[in-house]
Amino acid sequence: MLLRLLGAIPTLLLVIVLAFLMVHAAPGGPFDDERVLPTDVAANIQAAYHLDEPLPQQFTRYMAGLLRGDLGPSYRYRDYTVSELIGSGFPISLQLGALAMALALLVGISSGTVAALKQGSMLDRVVMSFAMTGISIPVFVVAPVLVLLLAVKLQWLPAGWSGESGFAKFVLPVITLALPQIAYIARLTRASMIDVLGCDFIRTARSQGLGSKAIIRVHALKPAMLPVLSYMGPAIAAILTGTVVVEEVFGIPGLGQFFVRGALNRDYTLVLGIVIFYAALIISLNLVVDILYGFIDPRVRQR
Amino acid sequence: MSLLEVNDLTVQYGNNAVVDTVSFTVDRGESVGIVGESGSGKTQTALSLLGLLPRNAKMTGSVRFDGEELLNRGENHLDGFRAQRIGIIFQSPMQALNPYLRIGKQLRQILLQHKIATGNDADAKVNQMLDRVGLPDPERQFLAFPHELSGGMRQRVMIASALICAPDLLIADEPTTALDVTVQAQILDLLEELRDDMALLLITHDLGIVAGRCERLLVFQAGKLVEAGATVAVFASPRNEHTKRLLAAALRADRGEVLAPADAKTVLGVEGATVSYRDSHNARLQAVVGVDLSLREAETLAIVGESGSGKSSLVRAILGLIPMQGGRVVYAGEPLEGPVELRAAAQRRDLQLVFQDPVSALNPQMRVQTIVGEPLLVHESTMTAESRKDQVITMLQKVGLDESYLRSYPHQLSGGQAQRVAIARALILKPKILICDEAVAAIDSAVREQILDLLRMAQHESGLSIIFISHDLAVVRSISHRVAVMYLGRLVEVANSENLFALPRHPYTKALLDASPVPDPLVAPVAAPLKGEIPSSVSPPSGCVFHPRCQYAENICSERRPELRQIGGARVACHRAEEIDLSS
Repeated sequence: MLLRLLGAIPTLLLVIVLAFLMVHAAPGGPFDDERVLPTDVAANIQAAYHLDEPLPQQFTRYMAGLLRGDLGPSYRYRDYTVSELIGSGFPISLQLGALAMALALLVGISSGTVAALKQGSMLDRVVMSFAMTGISIPVFVVAPVLVLLLAVKLQWLPAGWSGESGFAKFVLPVITLALPQIAYIARLTRASMIDVLGCDFIRTARSQGLGSKAIIRVHALKPAMLPVLSYMGPAIAAILTGTVVVEEVFGIPGLGQFFVRGALNRDYTLVLGIVIFYAALIISLNLVVDILYGFIDPRVRQR
Repeated sequence: MSLLEVNDLTVQYGNNAVVDTVSFTVDRGESVGIVGESGSGKTQTALSLLGLLPRNAKMTGSVRFDGEELLNRGENHLDGFRAQRIGIIFQSPMQALNPYLRIGKQLRQILLQHKIATGNDADAKVNQMLDRVGLPDPERQFLAFPHELSGGMRQRVMIASALICAPDLLIADEPTTALDVTVQAQILDLLEELRDDMALLLITHDLGIVAGRCERLLVFQAGKLVEAGATVAVFASPRNEHTKRLLAAALRADRGEVLAPADAKTVLGVEGATVSYRDSHNARLQAVVGVDLSLREAETLAIVGESGSGKSSLVRAILGLIPMQGGRVVYAGEPLEGPVELRAAAQRRDLQLVFQDPVSALNPQMRVQTIVGEPLLVHESTMTAESRKDQVITMLQKVGLDESYLRSYPHQLSGGQAQRVAIARALILKPKILICDEAVAAIDSAVREQILDLLRMAQHESGLSIIFISHDLAVVRSISHRVAVMYLGRLVEVANSENLFALPRHPYTKALLDASPVPDPLVAPVAAPLKGEIPSSVSPPSGCVFHPRCQYAENICSERRPELRQIGGARVACHRAEEIDLSS
């Protein structure tokens, strides 16, 4: 396990280097504006943020800060450090993401299981065509359509975020985020459940007269969940990416929105900070998934 | 009224009937054997009795158990019979047990489901059952996962699960096919011992297993029941042609002709061969330890042993497929060294290999013509496509196939045909040595005889030397001139067939012979000759590695490693070989 943890370090380092280079390779700088600053003023600002130094030196400086846990100041939100901005945006994104993931697992696994049990039935076909639709339509299409239908036309739910209180404002963003994941998890669950139900040990359980409920609960569910668990890593990444779009569409002041703004404004430190934060988050959640995997499959655990 | 009455049972997939109007009965307390080759419908029959066939199977006829109809009844109805009235044991206990659940939990669930016991009572009952089937330290095994147990122990768990509700009928579908012979004998004894007054329906392809253990016999062929009767009567005077063929093809290890030794010069010598691996826990596993062996011209040398004996590792090292940590191999006066891809072309073409499972050993993407012709493409690169094709056709005819198979893919062939193709591929370069690694183990007995004939013929025609690896002494008796017996990576006995089968010198050889099922109802089955299982090659026992299971073991056996010594006509590695009497 310790080895896996150490193995994550090079991955993270690679992400940092690549992100650093890409941010700096983008044309323009954080202080370019329509209003052109006098040359000496511009040079002063550049010097204050060490932007006049050669790139390797800037990188060393950034890494030194990073090792102390300092992500630097934001170039655009002048009074805030990047850490403070992440601290204010992340709780909102986390709530959104966690709710979406919970919804996706709940609906995805149960509808997938039902579809597998009633394989070939009308219900199975309905679930599967819904899943196909969910996978094919991107978030940036689903979000406006849902807003138009449920918020603008029917006025059941709020369309935006600000000024709303309570749970209602979460409903549309969470559904939007969860939809493709529900679809994917339902398909995965169905396929792996059908596989597992075809295994010899399920036939053994049937020969013992266990009945279909006990067979699913005791014998089939655990192994059928393994592919779903493996998908958790990519699913977490997909939901994080989704929050970037969804927060923009619904005007939610989460981390995703900061990220978009940061990228548009060439706020080097903010963008870098969020990329590194997300990378570390995804890597550690993947580690958790690996540990859980061993928990379900005893043959993996003992290796 | 019989306990089980099957009438005109038919099982169809589409229009294909895999079981065709079969009728039979099983009385209370009776043991009935179902025998037949693969695809004869015996397993389909067994599964249909409990409604375990896939949904697309169409069943007609009637299956009455204790007067109640079981065929095409709902799952709920059948669940009342399963486990409680009818228990079933499947062939391969690795797949048949849930790998994700502790075995105690799997057994417990059966008791809970049928409301036989709950809570601590259920646990106690499970432990008691595990103890009855001979699992050492049941309380600890309760928490074990199936993969932590050996094949024999897993099958004991399977038996425990089938018997835990004390059913009236036990169906055992090839219960020992995946097991070693000495373990097979233990499992069959256990079934006999626990059965008591339970009826038994024993399904097998091996006539040796049913001969001494079943009162009546049902012979299946291509979905039909072709002969039924008392076991003794069926063996003594079979009426059906297919039964006669099955009986004729059944080989026995205890009697029959043996080949006289080939008196010729040595073609292959192995000296002090040692092979070791690292296992998944990174522990060093001694697969082969200091093996000395020679193979003579036009001789068939059998290497016999159970799983873990190192017989496959030894031949793979000879072929250069895996590295050898010590010792050397000499072929035609030249050392055979290094991995196979670095060896001289002439050395490579002179040694060829045939595997156990022909279908997976042949490339599924290639046609027979390409498979058999490929060695020529490599070793005779100047040959024209046409003469290559001619050679392939000649070779196919030699192995009993013809031109019409040239365009076939492996999956279109039967097991026997695929093995012929594999042999054709191995022989097309006219090798000097052919290594057969369990080459007939997966093949039905009637076809097995043809494959063995094919090997004998190739040997007769071209002076081919054969190393024949097998766990089955009956097959070995019919084909080999000499036999080398391996146990835990060591040679324990090497002797000419005529000596070894007449008078085994090593207690392990004797145990293997005793454990071989004899297809003769008049020969009472010997009680399992060996207790326990093969120890791990990671930490082999001290002294003679066989001593923990040997009934003749004395102090010296655990202290000093016996060397191979010449005794009579055999080389034997046993301290007490001269004193103990293994005749009988």
